[in-house]
Amino acid sequence: MSKPKVHHYEYDVVIVGAGGAGMRAAIEAGPHAKTAVISKLFPTRSHTGAAQGGMAAALGNVEEDSWEWHTFDTVKGGDYLVDQDAAEILAKESVQAVIDLENMGLPFNRTPEGKIDQRRFGGHTRDHGKAPVRRSCYAADRTGHMILQTLYQNCVKLGIEFYNEFYVLDLVMTKVDGQERPSAVVAYELATGELHVFQGKSIIFATGGFGKIFKTTSNAHTLTGDGVGIIWRKGLPLEDMEFYQFHPTGLAGLGILLSEAARGEGGILRNASGERFMERYAPTIKDLAPRDMVARAMANEVREGRGAGPNKDYVLLDLTHLPPEVIDEKLPDITEFARTYLGVEPYTEPVPVFPTAHYAMGGIPTNVQAEVLRDNDTVVPGLYAAGECACVSVHGANRLGTNSLLDINVFGKRAGVAAVEYAKTAKHVPVPANAADEVVSMIEKVRKSKGNEKVAVLRKELQETMDKNAQVYRTEESLNEALNDIASLRARYENISVQDKGERFNTDLLEAIELGFLLDLAEVLALTSRERRESRGAHLREDFLARDDEKFMVHSMAYLTDKPAKKPGDNIKVGWKPVIVTNYQPMERKY
Amino acid sequence: MATAVATKGTEFEQMGAVPTFQVTLFVRRFNPEDGQEARWEDFDVQVHGTDRVLDALHKIKWEMDGSLTFRRSCAHGVCGSDAMRINGRNRLACKTLIKDLDITQPIYVEPIKGLNVEKDLVVDMNPFYQAYRDINPFLIASDKPEKERLQSAEQHSKFEDTTKCILCAACTTSCPVFWTDGQYFGPAAIVNAHRFIFDSRDEGAELRIDILNDKEGVWRCRTTFNCTEACPRGIEVTKAIAEVKQAILRGKP
Ligand code: SF4
Ligand code: FES
Repeated sequence: MSKPKVHHYEYDVVIVGAGGAGMRAAIEAGPHAKTAVISKLFPTRSHTGAAQGGMAAALGNVEEDSWEWHTFDTVKGGDYLVDQDAAEILAKESVQAVIDLENMGLPFNRTPEGKIDQRRFGGHTRDHGKAPVRRSCYAADRTGHMILQTLYQNCVKLGIEFYNEFYVLDLVMTKVDGQERPSAVVAYELATGELHVFQGKSIIFATGGFGKIFKTTSNAHTLTGDGVGIIWRKGLPLEDMEFYQFHPTGLAGLGILLSEAARGEGGILRNASGERFMERYAPTIKDLAPRDMVARAMANEVREGRGAGPNKDYVLLDLTHLPPEVIDEKLPDITEFARTYLGVEPYTEPVPVFPTAHYAMGGIPTNVQAEVLRDNDTVVPGLYAAGECACVSVHGANRLGTNSLLDINVFGKRAGVAAVEYAKTAKHVPVPANAADEVVSMIEKVRKSKGNEKVAVLRKELQETMDKNAQVYRTEESLNEALNDIASLRARYENISVQDKGERFNTDLLEAIELGFLLDLAEVLALTSRERRESRGAHLREDFLARDDEKFMVHSMAYLTDKPAKKPGDNIKVGWKPVIVTNYQPMERKY
Repeated sequence: MATAVATKGTEFEQMGAVPTFQVTLFVRRFNPEDGQEARWEDFDVQVHGTDRVLDALHKIKWEMDGSLTFRRSCAHGVCGSDAMRINGRNRLACKTLIKDLDITQPIYVEPIKGLNVEKDLVVDMNPFYQAYRDINPFLIASDKPEKERLQSAEQHSKFEDTTKCILCAACTTSCPVFWTDGQYFGPAAIVNAHRFIFDSRDEGAELRIDILNDKEGVWRCRTTFNCTEACPRGIEVTKAIAEVKQAILRGKP
């Protein structure tokens, strides 16, 4: 087989990913700089569209609220690992972010006066925890869908250039004055198998998450962490990878997300005997406690034998006391999921639910301008990241519901603005003639391999070990088991082969490449989880149950090194980065 | 304490109780690279009570034939990637439970009709996206409000149904007019025009009405209701088209 054809392009701003963050950035960049958006999917297929419940902003449309309360909730919800300067920006800029979207056409639900309506959501409170507050702006239970559609519509309006079904597989770094500088990305075109080198003065990563390292997940099949994996392979750090959120209410056995809005509208979690068990875990705000606490409480109910169902392996989300009109108007999609996928009628029957892997709090470290960091404080000029793939960090150890749709809008916009600003004065970093070589050899190696290992088998084993060893409950032992399993899967990965050897729409080949990224990220997650010997937010160590502010009020920063891995994980160096504290000293987290 | 919680044998539990069963899928295969004509290929697959057609296709791809090609992402009916013809009806593979089909017969899976087949179940969606872009699918408003524009719940309800569209193309590719005339805008584009024409904040109704009053516009619709039946989001597509026709005749209500 001949080598794939390679095409070259020159842009000012190159955006990788066409979900909420990528398109929000494009709307800022497009009118001011020559901009390309490259995405492995058609833009409206991005997983932002699966977000349901809402977007937080202290509009105060239905009751008193303030950005300062929102900041506090975000910090406390994140178990004090949040960088507080970033959380302040998130909360302050939320109001404009919602207005921007409304002005772009987003059809929010309305109050009787015609203003944007707001509802309750987990961990969002009035006056520092006194009671739940209505802060989430929403469009029924398809807020993410409406954000994604609205942003794409505005990209169409602005004539933004998209390269759809192009898989970015590498970031080209060029040595300039002794320093590695980003110069281009290399993409594989699904339709043809040809390669495309996009040179950009500014490059923004907005590639989303990597939930597919787990078996039970709310994430799409395509969420394989390619973008985060590319950054990792370049030797750049990843921050706080041990913090992975398990959403309490996934449909039991399937992991399909049922929005927290169900509880915001009054839904109640019950165990097998019908007890509202959250009263025991969070007496003040009960079912509206933050996700980490609710997920843990649910897992604990099941563990202690109070689970429902024939195998006692789930709990029940009870909506039966809500008027059917409220369900139809405010929760139509998720109730349909229960009907379609589990054959359960939420009007009259409680819905079986269990935690599902949902969201990466960690990722590519950035400052508040969305500039990527190469260590605790040095910026990589011209490189930006925003959205789930990035770690600013506004979510700390546990993200609050409705803060991620906010994050993509606030920091997507900031990334777009900063990228344009930089491109105005910067020159293109030269792209070496052989820029696509690494991708060519990555692809040809898989295509030509005659090995006897299968992608689907290895992926399944990876997901099983992650569910078993690195999920809601973790110990030194379980994490070492995960690391050992990943190491042996990695060795077997060298021997994978694919059946499809063709050039057109070769998804067989791409699944193999995606698995490589999943293995990398699972390993980083397991290793940083092992090194964080405390419990905080979504990270629960059964062998270190307490939060340890003396040692671990710090972000982890993991780096890939050249060190040979005698033991699994030896080739990864873990450093620590101070948390930025402005107003809020860590306190015990009670709700 | 809610009495409803005392679960009896729910349908869900029965689904779990059915361990596995075997089905046969006939999948339409085509790959221009192998020089063969399009053909049906059959696969026997073991599936569970909660499995969807997408799960069966994954089983084939992951365990039997890695070259089987189809689009998918979210796997729960919200991204619009996997519209296909299943037993002659347009559906999302990820939303079609196998147990709900007649499993005593083989299940036929083929690409949606009226768009060129690229490989197996993958079609060229570009003409479909182009028709969508042609109706100016974005809010056109000249005012520059400082805060949100006001809109009553009643105004919102006029177009809420058509905001649910996920651009899956199930409607357009179930339309006999579209099959014979690929130039026809098709239901999905009209649904998205409706979403803006009936939005009280929008000022672009005339422009869109002009576009859809064209000979390839709404008047081609023969009200066969295929689109409404096909829509996985439950949008009343034919009704939306009728409302756009009304708007052309009488002006935006
Ligand atoms: S109207 Fe329905 S069937 Fe047509 S594209 Fe939209 S979601 Fe799909
Ligand atoms: S895979 Fe997203 S709609 Fe079916």
